[in-house]
Amino acid sequence: MRLNVSALRGPDQASATSFSVRGGEILGFFGLVGAGRSELMRLLYGADRRAAGTVQLDGVELNGRNPAAAIEAGIVLCPEDRKEQGILAQASVAENINISCRRHDLRFGLFLRHSREAQRADAFIERLRIKTPGREQEIRLLSGGNQQKVILARWLAEANLKVLILDEPTRGIDVGAKNEIYRIIHEVAERGCCVIVVSSELPEVLGIADRIIVMKQGVISGELEREHANETSVLQLALPDATVHHNQENLERSIA
Amino acid sequence: MNPSSYKQKWLIEQSMPLTYALLFIVLSLSVENFFSTANIVGLMLSVAQIGMVACTMMLCLASRDFDLSVGSTIAFSGVLGAIILEHTHSIGLAAAGALLAGAAIGAGNGVLIAYLRVNALIATLATMLMVRGLAFIVSGGQAVGIADESFISFGDTSIAGLPVPVWITAASFIVFGVLLNHTVFGRNTLAIGGNPEAARLAGVNVERLRVWIFLLQGLVTALAGLILASRITSGQPNSAQGFELDVISACVLGGVSLHGGKAKIFGVLVGVLIMGTVENVMNLLDVDAFYQYLMRGLILLAAVLLDQLKARGQRG
Repeated sequence: MRLNVSALRGPDQASATSFSVRGGEILGFFGLVGAGRSELMRLLYGADRRAAGTVQLDGVELNGRNPAAAIEAGIVLCPEDRKEQGILAQASVAENINISCRRHDLRFGLFLRHSREAQRADAFIERLRIKTPGREQEIRLLSGGNQQKVILARWLAEANLKVLILDEPTRGIDVGAKNEIYRIIHEVAERGCCVIVVSSELPEVLGIADRIIVMKQGVISGELEREHANETSVLQLALPDATVHHNQENLERSIA
Repeated sequence: MNPSSYKQKWLIEQSMPLTYALLFIVLSLSVENFFSTANIVGLMLSVAQIGMVACTMMLCLASRDFDLSVGSTIAFSGVLGAIILEHTHSIGLAAAGALLAGAAIGAGNGVLIAYLRVNALIATLATMLMVRGLAFIVSGGQAVGIADESFISFGDTSIAGLPVPVWITAASFIVFGVLLNHTVFGRNTLAIGGNPEAARLAGVNVERLRVWIFLLQGLVTALAGLILASRITSGQPNSAQGFELDVISACVLGGVSLHGGKAKIFGVLVGVLIMGTVENVMNLLDVDAFYQYLMRGLILLAAVLLDQLKARGQRG
């Protein structure tokens, strides 16, 4: 399995981006906030309109018209802003898990199968150790880590899952849940899926990724294999060239 | 959650049906002629159109949208049906033409709101004016009489003691109840009302769904327009003024959240019945029409305030 992104560019972006991921690989995307990583992922997922470029999964080109098309092809995204873009806050845990995958499991192609949905929800609550009083609990009442696990369950329930994109998967999540989310990410990669982890936490990227792509001001500034990646090498690629120089100038100016 | 708070939650959720049940009992005991077969059937017939359209308005509000154009659509579809009937003498053609026009108006609303991103309030305010204008234009400003006996009898035939329009309304509640609770369409409607962006990222085709919701709304509204035309034996271009507000009031009374994402079909049924009952009782008691407006406004306000109290109670 292989995901190829080539010359992808949004309408507001000056430069295009290309990269690829293999099945079973965890690709880390590091960069400062505003480096353009989330924008790139949203373009790839079809959440925003693209101006140019192609996305190919196993040689099949994706039109990128909307997220529904990406999901149909097996590409899913856990968005950065969990509260605003991830969870359906007023809906139950079960509803949040079933919202996407239920399309494969309808009676006469129209009616929900309530008992199967309930079973699926219970199975994921147990498998991912989601702490909730029950599947009917409103998701907004869960902790951030458990909400994130529910979103993961939503995508793990996709039988056709091929590419899992996680944007800041552990932001605002306690240590215990963090480790469990890392465990799930590794499981997905071991199943042969392509996994992309966008993170602003350097230790997280260094810990989990097989390969790291660093972005800076909207473009890819470098790529490091796991064995060459360390704090210094990654930060060198991530920080603006002028930072040190610029700061010094500012300092001199303020002294003068 | 302990048992007593479950009980409390149940009480809060069922507060409107319970209030209605209480109201119904009190009125049956205190108001003369209220609790009689003829009056109850009359009450149901009087809310038949509001009830049908409330079913689709529920979907519309649940998806965090709004539709002000239903009153005009009722008038226009009635007028159009009457005109087609006058010229072709075919009930089939008249019904098909009116329903098609209703669906087209609804789909137009949907496209304006979903794809051209016009605010729902403004978009449907515009179509409300335009469609009302069309109703006057095609009828030349005059009521279009209906002579066809079988078309007229449609509105006042009874089956098993209930008029046909009441049966149609009952069927709408069942169909849209199933649609809301047992299909992807209903669940996704609630999802886009709760959070459109999250729903879209979860794979819901938000734009297409919006168009379908409005299309259904237009279709059902046109059906209500045909029934009204049959009952008043004419297509009236100035009928159903303020109808949209009655429908929205009934939905809000029924606990449909204006913030989207929440709707219960049983609640809407209760909301419709409250509207009908209050109007019915005020007529029985000979309350001046001017005061009826005042009363209906007050009831709506009370319902919304109750809803806010409920929301606060559940958050706490």
